[in-house]
Parts: sequence; C-alpha cells; structure tokens
Amino acid sequence: MRLINRHPSRSGGLMLLLLPFIVLMAVYFTGSSMRLKLNPDDKLLPSATQMSDAIKEVAFNEDKRTGEYLLWADTVSSLRRLGIGLVVSALIALVAAIATGSFPLVGATFSPFITVISMIPPLAVLPILFIVFGLDELSKVVLIVVGITPMIIRDLHARAREIPTELWVKAQTLGATSWTLVLRLVLPQLLPRLLVAMRLALGSAWLFLIAAEAIASTDGLGYRIFLMRRYLAMDVILPYVAWITLLAWLIDELLRRLTQWSFPWYGGGAR
Amino acid sequence: MIEVRNVWKEYGDQVVLERLNLRVEEGEFCSMVGASGCGKSTFLRLLLGQERATRGEILLDGEPLPAEPDEHRGVVFQRYSVFDHLSVVRNVMLGLELRRAKFTGRLFGAQRRAARDEAVAMLNRVGLGAALDKFPQQLSGGMQQRLAIAQALMMKPRVLLLDEPFGALDPGIRKDMHDLLLGLWRESRLTIFMVTHDLKEGFTLGSRVLVFDKVRVDPQAPGAYGARITYNIPLDHSRDSASSIHMAQAVVEGATRVETV
Repeated sequence: MRLINRHPSRSGGLMLLLLPFIVLMAVYFTGSSMRLKLNPDDKLLPSATQMSDAIKEVAFNEDKRTGEYLLWADTVSSLRRLGIGLVVSALIALVAAIATGSFPLVGATFSPFITVISMIPPLAVLPILFIVFGLDELSKVVLIVVGITPMIIRDLHARAREIPTELWVKAQTLGATSWTLVLRLVLPQLLPRLLVAMRLALGSAWLFLIAAEAIASTDGLGYRIFLMRRYLAMDVILPYVAWITLLAWLIDELLRRLTQWSFPWYGGGAR
Repeated sequence: MIEVRNVWKEYGDQVVLERLNLRVEEGEFCSMVGASGCGKSTFLRLLLGQERATRGEILLDGEPLPAEPDEHRGVVFQRYSVFDHLSVVRNVMLGLELRRAKFTGRLFGAQRRAARDEAVAMLNRVGLGAALDKFPQQLSGGMQQRLAIAQALMMKPRVLLLDEPFGALDPGIRKDMHDLLLGLWRESRLTIFMVTHDLKEGFTLGSRVLVFDKVRVDPQAPGAYGARITYNIPLDHSRDSASSIHMAQAVVEGATRVETV
C-alpha cells in the first residue's frame, strides 16, 4: 500500500500525537541528568525537581517584596495587554476591511496605502511608541495593535473580495442598499474569517507583547523571563516558556471552538 | 414590455454582441441558446444591470433599465445563488427584511413572524417545507436551486433571469425542476429569460427561443465580430403540434452545428 494511503488508527493516532512530546521530554531530561551528574551546580538544563521547586516559589508563595504571587500577577498583566490588543486590532481590522472590500472607491484609496503601512517593521517604531505614549500600558497595547492590525486587514480584505460576485448581485436584486448589504452579507460572511485571522495573528501578538514587556515593564510574563535571564535562572524561564505556550494554545483552541460554535455554517474554521 | 434597441457589447477590441434588436412582451418565457462563448450570458448580465451595453439601450416599459441590479429583476445563477450563512427560511425572508427594514435590514417581533410565515408558504410551494432550518450546504444541488428560485420569487420581480440554473443537476432532478418552473411561470405570468446550453431544455420550457450565433467570422481576428440573435422563434405549446416544435428544433440544431464547426 502506498504511504499516502496509510492512515493511523484511533489509538495509533493518539500515540503518534504524543510521540514528539515524549521524545522531546526524554531528550531534555537525559541531557539534564547527564550535565547535572558532571556538575551539580549546572544551571543550563535544570532537573524536574529544580523546576517544580521554582514553580512552587513563583506560583504558590507570596513574593517577599510585593506580596503577590508572581506567576499569576504576571499572567494577569500579560493576558490583559494581549486581550485588549487583540480585540482593538480585530475591531479596527473589521471596519477597515469591510470599507475597503465593499466600496471600490475606498478600496482604491486605502488598499495600496495599507499594503505599504503593513511593511513597516513594528519593532522599528517601538521607540516612537514609547516616546509618544510613554512607558506604561498604552504603548505595549499599541505595539500589539500596530503589529497585527495591518496583517489582519489585508487578510480580511482578500476574504471580502472572495465573496462570490453572484452573492453581491443577488443581494442587490433582493433590494439591499449599500448599508444593508454590508450588514446582511459582508459582515456575517467576514466574522468567522476574522476569528480565523485572529488565530493566525496570535503568534505575532505574543511576539510583540513579550518584546514590549522585555524592554519597558515592571511585570508580565515577558518581563519576568528577561529579568530571570540575569540570574541564569533556567529553572524559572523554562516553566514560564511552557506556561506561555500552554496559554497561547488555549487561546487558539478557544477561538477555534468559538468559530465552530457561533458559525456552524462556516467550514473553513473547523481545522 | 422589454425592448432592446441596437445593443452592442465590446470588451476593448473584442466585440461580443452586435446589433441586437428584440421585443419581448410581458409573460413570455425566453430561452436563450447558442454555442459557449457566444454572448448569451453577457446579454443576461446586460438585462440584469450587472454590466452596461457599450452602445444602444434596453428599455423596460419604455424606460431605460437602471444601470445596477435592483429588486425588479430577480436572478438565479448556476452556483452561489443562495447565502450560505443563512438557514433556508432566513434566505427566503432576506428579501422581505431588506425591503421592509431599510436601515437595519432585519425585522423583529410581529413583523418578523409575518415575514417568516410568507417565506414558509413560498418554501412549501417549491417543496422545501421540510428543510426550513437547514443551511444551504446541507441541501442537494437541486434543493439549492429550488431555494434560489423561491428567494427570487419572494420579491415578485417583473423579470426573472436564469443563468443555466439547471446546468449542474442530474437529468432526473432537471425534469422535476422543469415542471416546478413551468408551474410557477404559469401561475405568476412572470417574464423569464433563461440561458441554457441544452437545446432540448430551451425548446421544452420556452415560449420563445432566441438563438445566439456569430454571423460573420474573421479567422484572422476572431474577436472582430460579435454574436447576434440569428433565430427568434415564438413557440405556442398549446397550439403548435409537438412535431412542428421538433422541426424548428432540428433546424436550429443543424444550423448551429454547421456554424460552430
């Protein structure tokens, strides 16, 4: 039988799914124990005990200086920045994409402009954001918005142009005005695609969040990782990275389920 | 009722349609047949207002047709005719909602229930009464076209335009759809224009058959001359015997075959 026609069975599929994770863990902990055997003070590859001790310290003990549980405080600040950034970007992108995608006059004016704007590397304007918006929360959220909005607009604009001409014509023959055509055709067609675009932008959003937190912040997951780097505290950094990965995956899964649940007619979001 | 006066359609150097002249009375069923690429779908888009004639004019009741699609002209395409984000009954309600709620495009409360009742009545007429809350992609191709027809008829348009509406359907389903369409046409006395590549379908359904073909062909410049209406055959299914319709069909079949070879 050809390789392309061989599919895993149900239990086999689960095994295959877990396999890379297990291999990764095995490689890591073998390496870790080998290094620790040579030098018990090695900080590069901490053992499971060292990491769980560190997690206990940051997650379940109050910080002596601030009286907070660091991991949770960091998580809350980071997720708030990320959440505000994502929602604001989504709203701006939806309005912009509907305008440029539905009205040829608006599209002719702004589409090339947005394409050019989206080429600006967001991190290059980070200093400008700090100068203009100060070093607090606002500039971090603005960096996320500046970073992902042009991408989402371009994606949604393309999706709006993909709505078949037949449907635009059909809506007009049913008596739609430009405004009601947007309300009853373009908006509902774009909403599930917006959620998909947000899932794709999630990786960049995390990137910009952690960059902003690393440079100017007093809390947040990115801030903590870059702070711990000074002490070579891999036993904190590695669990933090794993935690960020888990959060990112959970948000992605949440958006996927939201797409499926709110737009059962939409097939493209099932994956 | 519809008058086409010396209409030309050109895309750059390429002439698609030339010197079209036509009068169609209210309540006629015009089948438009011809080889592919002979401009019959282009003519339908002119009637729809999706495209504009390069020269000449099309009059509806003596007035030039508006240059964009409107609710007086319903349409059913071969594909993408219904809104995949709306359930069957919401698809049919959409026209009523857009007409009655100019700002929100949505009806609420009693008005919404009234619109729903009207939509359900229409869906029962086309045989979709049992699929009200399904989404279009859960329907077969034939059911989707029934839905598209119901949706268009809801607006009580002056003209119904059909662009190969049954082109993607199985022969058996096609027969059912023909009966449905003829029934609806006789009840409502709609004026229908239907593009089809199936001569037999054109002759079975139409009260008039329009044959599109290129009269002049320049082998050095295939785009130099456009298609015209080469035959305009009124059929009276009640009076004419079946054999004379068959004869007309055979003549057209022979003529188009020779000219397209």
